[in-house]
Amino acid sequence: MTATIVRKPPRPRTRRPVWEEKPTLTGQAGKAVLLTLLVLGVLFPLWVILVTSLSSRETIAEAGGLVVIPKGIDTSAYETILAGGAVTRALWISTLVTVIGTAIALAVTVLAAYGLSRPRSVGYRWLLAYFLLPFLVYPPLVPKYLVVTGLGLKDTIWALILPPAISVFNLVVVRGFFQGVPQELLDSARMDGANDFLTLARIVLPLSRAVIAVVGLFYAVSYWNVWFDALLFIDRNDMYPIQRVLQSYLLAGQAPHTSGGTSGVTMPPTESIKMAVVILTVAPIVAVYPFIQRHFIKGVLIGAIKG
Amino acid sequence: MSTRKASVAVGSDLTRPGGPTPPARAARPATRRTGRARRVPLRTRLRRDWQLLVMVAPGFLLLLVFSYVPIVGNVIAFQDYNPYLGDNPLQAFLHSDWIGFGQFQLLFEDPAFWDAFRNTLAITAFQLVFFFPLPIFLAIVLHNLLSSRLRGFIQTVVYLPHFFSWVLVVSFFVAMLGGAGLLAQTMREAGLEPWNVMTNPDTFIILVTAEAVWKDVGWGTIVFLAALSTIDQNLYEAAAADGAGRWRRLWHITLPGLRPVIVLLLILRLGDALSVGFEQFLLQRDAVGRQASEVLDTFVYHFSIATGNYGYGAAAGLFKAAVGLCLILAANKIAHMLGERGIYSRS
Repeated sequence: MTATIVRKPPRPRTRRPVWEEKPTLTGQAGKAVLLTLLVLGVLFPLWVILVTSLSSRETIAEAGGLVVIPKGIDTSAYETILAGGAVTRALWISTLVTVIGTAIALAVTVLAAYGLSRPRSVGYRWLLAYFLLPFLVYPPLVPKYLVVTGLGLKDTIWALILPPAISVFNLVVVRGFFQGVPQELLDSARMDGANDFLTLARIVLPLSRAVIAVVGLFYAVSYWNVWFDALLFIDRNDMYPIQRVLQSYLLAGQAPHTSGGTSGVTMPPTESIKMAVVILTVAPIVAVYPFIQRHFIKGVLIGAIKG
Repeated sequence: MSTRKASVAVGSDLTRPGGPTPPARAARPATRRTGRARRVPLRTRLRRDWQLLVMVAPGFLLLLVFSYVPIVGNVIAFQDYNPYLGDNPLQAFLHSDWIGFGQFQLLFEDPAFWDAFRNTLAITAFQLVFFFPLPIFLAIVLHNLLSSRLRGFIQTVVYLPHFFSWVLVVSFFVAMLGGAGLLAQTMREAGLEPWNVMTNPDTFIILVTAEAVWKDVGWGTIVFLAALSTIDQNLYEAAAADGAGRWRRLWHITLPGLRPVIVLLLILRLGDALSVGFEQFLLQRDAVGRQASEVLDTFVYHFSIATGNYGYGAAAGLFKAAVGLCLILAANKIAHMLGERGIYSRS
C-alpha cells in the first residue's frame, strides 16, 4: 500500500536562523526604501484620485488640477454623475454583465471541471484535449467577430457575457481542486445512491468554497473590466459598460473612436467628475478584493502546479 | 436495478486512480485496472458516465462556437471576403471568392505591417530585459522578509493593480504623468517646463513597460514565491556551515532552485513574443501615433474590423498565430535540449 503523502511546502520562516549573518544596515535600508516606494507607487495615485474626486471646485482650482492634501469633503461630483446619465447607466450595465456573466461562467466551469475530473470516463482523453487546446491557440479576432455578429449578439449584453464564459485557466484550477477531494467521500456518496449531480452539489462544492471564491473573483473582475469586447460588439451609446465610459471621460483626447460616447453630459467633465468616475470603476474591485485575497494565492498555486 | 447499481459501483472503483498525487498513481497496479476498464463495453460506460457528459456539454458548446468555429473560420484569410454578400457572415463566406495567398502577398508588401512587426519584437525584447527579472528580484526580497504580517500587507497591495483594467491603468498614468497630470502640475509650480511622457513616441516603449510593471510586477512574484518556499532550508544551513556568504547562497542555492520556473516562464514569454498586450496599445495609439505604438494585434484590428477589410486582417492574424506556434514549439525544444522539463512533457 503506497501512502499518498502530500508534502506540504514548509512555512515561510518567521525567525532568523542562528547560522545566518546579521543583516547589514545598507541592505536593510535599501529593502525598506524599495518596499516603501513599491507600496506608495500603488497607493499614492489611488489616494490622489480619491481626494480629488471629493474636492470642491475651489480646492481643485487652488491646487491647479489634482489635489494631494484634502481640504474638506465635497460629494457633489458623485451626486452629479449618479443622478442619472451616461455613468449611471454604464454602472448598471456593467453590474448586470458582471452578475449574470459570473453566474453563468461559474456554472459552466464547475460543471465542466467535474465532468473532466475523472480519468477513464467515456471520451475522457479526447474531451480533455478539446478543452485544453484553446489554451494554446487563441480564437482569432476577425473570425470571432464575424461569429458573434453573425449570431446576432451585437449590441446585446450576451456579446460581452458568452464568449469569455469559459476560461481554460480557471477550468484547470477548479479541476485540479476537484481531483484533490478525498476518494472516500465520493465513494460514500455513491454508496448512498447519490448520482454525479448530487455528489457535486452536496459533497464537492461545499468542500471547494475557497477555489470557487477565487475563480468567481477572476470571472467577476474580467467581466467588470470588459472594454475591448465592448468596443467590438457594442455600438449603441446607451449600452456602454463602465470601462468605455471611463475611457471617453479620461482618455477622450486620446481615443476618438469613442467620441460621442458621453451623450448624457454636454459640458466637458470637471476634474472631480473625472476622478469620481475612476473611483467608481475601481471601487468594486477594491471592495471585493481583500476578502478573497487570502484564498487566491492557494488557488492559483494549485492550478499552476497541476496545470 | 440492483445490477445497475452494482455496475456503477464497480465503475466508480475503476474510474479513480486512487490519490491525486502522481507517485501514488504510478505505484498502483495500474496496468491491470486499465486492461479491465478497456473491456467494459461502450454502452455500459455511456450509461455509467452520461451525467458527466451532460455536465461537460455547456462548456463544450461555448468553446465550439467561440473558439473552434473562429479557428476554422481563419480560412477567410485565403478569400476575398466580402461581408455584403448574403445576409450573414456564413453566407458571405460561402459566396466569397477564393484567392489563395493574395492577402498574404499584400500583407508582406505593406510597410505598416512591418512597422507593427518591428515594434512588437522591440517591445518584447525590451520587456524581456527590463520587466522579466523584476518579479524574481521582488520575490526574493519578499521571501526574506521576516515579519509575515508586513509581507502579507505588501503582497496585498502589490497584487491589487493586476485586477485593474487597462483603461484604469492608463487613466492612472494619465492622471499622474499626463499633460494635465500631477507631475506636469508640480513641475509648472516649480517653474520648470513640464514634459508629457504620455504623448511622446520616443519614450513610448519605456512608458508601456512602466505601465506593465506597475500592473503586474506584484502578481508575477506569486509563482516565484511558491518556488522559493519549496527550496530545502537545510541546503542554506549546510552552505552557511561551509562558509558560503549570503550572495553565494543566493547564486548557488536560490537561483538554481528557481531555474525550472524561470525557464518555463521564459519559454511561455518567447512563445508569446508576438503578443505584447493589446488593450494597452489600442488605448494609447492615438496619443502617441501609429508609427511608435502599432503592434501586431492592434494592426489586425485596425486593418480589418475598423476598416471592413476582413480577409486582410484574418491573414495578418493567421500569420501571427502560425509564427507564434512555431516559436513556442521551438522554445520548448530548446528547453528540452537544455535538460529542462518545458511545457509539454507529461508527468
